[in-house]
Amino acid sequence: MRDRNLALLRARIAQLEGDGRRVQGVLPFGVRELDRRLPQGGLALGALHEVAGGGNGTVDGAAAACFAAGIAARLPGPVLWCVTQADLFAPGLEQAGLPPGRVIHVEAGDDRTVLASMEEGLRHGGLAAVVAEVGRLPMIASRRLHLAAKATGTTGIALRRWRRQAEADDFGQPTASMTRWRVTELPSAPLPVPGLGRARWLVQLVRARAGECFDLELEACDGTGHLGLPADVADRPAAAGGSYAFG
Amino acid sequence: MWPIDRLRRAGPTPSAETPLILSGRIGNRRVVTAACEAARALGLLPGMPVTKAQAMVPDLQVLAEDTEADLASLERLALWLMQCIAPIVAVDPPDGVVIDATGTAHLHGGEAAMLEALLGRLTLSGVTVRLALAETWGAAHALARHTGPLTIAPDGTARDMLAPLPLAALRLAPATVRGLQDMGFQTIGDLMAIPRAPLTRRFGPEVRRRLDQALGASGEPIDPLRPTGLATTRRAFAEPIGAAETIARYIGKLARDLCRQLEERGLGARRLDLICWRVDNHAQPVRVGLAAPQRDPARLTRLLCDKIPTIDPGFGIEIMSLTATLAEPLAPRQASSPLEPAAPDVSGLVDVLANRVGARAIFRMAPVASEVPERSVTRVAPLTEIAEGWPDHWPRPARLLPRPEPIETLALLPDHPPSWIAWRGTRHRVARADGPERIFGEWWKREAETQAVRDYFRIEDTEGRRFWIFRQGDGEDRATGSMSWFLHGVFG
Repeated sequence: MRDRNLALLRARIAQLEGDGRRVQGVLPFGVRELDRRLPQGGLALGALHEVAGGGNGTVDGAAAACFAAGIAARLPGPVLWCVTQADLFAPGLEQAGLPPGRVIHVEAGDDRTVLASMEEGLRHGGLAAVVAEVGRLPMIASRRLHLAAKATGTTGIALRRWRRQAEADDFGQPTASMTRWRVTELPSAPLPVPGLGRARWLVQLVRARAGECFDLELEACDGTGHLGLPADVADRPAAAGGSYAFG
Repeated sequence: MWPIDRLRRAGPTPSAETPLILSGRIGNRRVVTAACEAARALGLLPGMPVTKAQAMVPDLQVLAEDTEADLASLERLALWLMQCIAPIVAVDPPDGVVIDATGTAHLHGGEAAMLEALLGRLTLSGVTVRLALAETWGAAHALARHTGPLTIAPDGTARDMLAPLPLAALRLAPATVRGLQDMGFQTIGDLMAIPRAPLTRRFGPEVRRRLDQALGASGEPIDPLRPTGLATTRRAFAEPIGAAETIARYIGKLARDLCRQLEERGLGARRLDLICWRVDNHAQPVRVGLAAPQRDPARLTRLLCDKIPTIDPGFGIEIMSLTATLAEPLAPRQASSPLEPAAPDVSGLVDVLANRVGARAIFRMAPVASEVPERSVTRVAPLTEIAEGWPDHWPRPARLLPRPEPIETLALLPDHPPSWIAWRGTRHRVARADGPERIFGEWWKREAETQAVRDYFRIEDTEGRRFWIFRQGDGEDRATGSMSWFLHGVFG
């Protein structure tokens, strides 16, 4: 009974804020701990999402790029990746699950052109996902992008990246995106032998429309774009996972 | 130099070291009309009698000039330029080609990049070329012939750049130039400084007209080369048009006409030129490129309409013409079948983006068989199929710095990772590390890398950030590298 009421309420809210179109499904992350906290059990398709790095990651956006690549990798079809700085290393993307044959890169001169290219990609409809590395994302631009994504069912990922760490305050500004993620590197689990294990991230859902925020310690994308749950976190009681409601 | 280059390109001539001159007739005299680099070095200049030249250089090679062949060949060059650079191109005899580059630089990644690419391609094919880009034909003509091999005059600087050039740069008759020099004028700047009336009374209107043309005070339309045999369509308007909606409507009509012509010939357009002739005899060219041959009117219209803001209609447009400058065979094929869903067609998106951000700015990354990280990736055209990726024996970073940045480290030689690094003023203590991954220089390709070695390490600092660093050299032998450390990438 409670579930049914919730579903009805959700449908009503979706109707109020959308253009009458149904939500186009979700992409589960394949990590139960993560999926059960997301509305409808996954990342909404046909919507705009934001990803940023934490700490120094706001400038280089390396972990955020891998996170975005992992999402795009698990969607079928070509991917458009728009950048202003040409430092993306394609072999690294491939190791996050996105082979070079699937990605079309656009290198634009400024943020405005990147946003215009992203919108063009979202409106095309044949792409799986569009990733755009932008610094400033004004409300109006994000709304346009979100509507474009909604109209075609293409997922848009705005990879927020700034020239200086001080500019990263911009991430607090409201936008029309569906979810807002922050991915920060964490020290990885020590191996019994010298060497480096799988990278570990603190994945924070900073803002979610119609959902709860949380943060979770996860293992970085593998070669197929899937995140993993670290063994020591998986064994921890659920309450210690760091869930909190808005704020 | 064009006649000499043409002969050298056309057929076997003696080696470039043998001085070569071309002879022509002025009245009864045989004079040198062109001299190659070697001949110029020996003091032979165009205009001197052939007999004198032969007396000065004993083993001189003399060939007869062939003005018509030179012109025909120059026209072929102009046609090639029209296909790959800009829609409005005209021959500027005896040795020049004038290109109206308005509205086309975006396809080549900007004006400077366009000129550099052109300089490179022409030089490689054996043409001595001097390029200049300026606001007017006259200014470009002067700068190309009297300044360095590649000159770009930004808008509004033509006056200053022309001032120090000699009078011969103004396209005046030699007798007029001599007359002006007798009066004490040496540079174009001298002419700019004096009032026009006395100048016109003494030398006729020509001097002032050429100066005005060079400075942009009076117009000088370019009569473009129109090759026959291309699919083309045009529309003349009884009343000049100017509104964006009207232009868009007629672009749609022209595109439909053009696509019908292309369909009859079984072709698809790869490059489209829309030229809008204004009532004041200015041409406003728009060029769009396509990644794959197309003849879908809706798509062509969309691409051309994206460019309407760049068209300046002025007092109105009276003629619009649309030409498929480059066309390739395009056979009709089945778009989709119920048995096999078609792969999404992204060529439309690629075209739209390529015409917005430039054809070079949209690409795929393709693997290159090279161990050196920065050489293992190349940019290829966006519609290329890429079957295989990179071998993934070793993890690769998500971000690779444009060039490795030097870092300070404390490390134990020869094969230990550093215990700390300092990069961009921040010190990171290394908590864990993996490596070395030894990468050898490509000694089979580059002489300088015969012994070069890089040892790559993946390191993780205490906060969990992972970097890709390398040491130049193997840690033992100085010949393999300088033993200095660099940061090359950031892992996600």
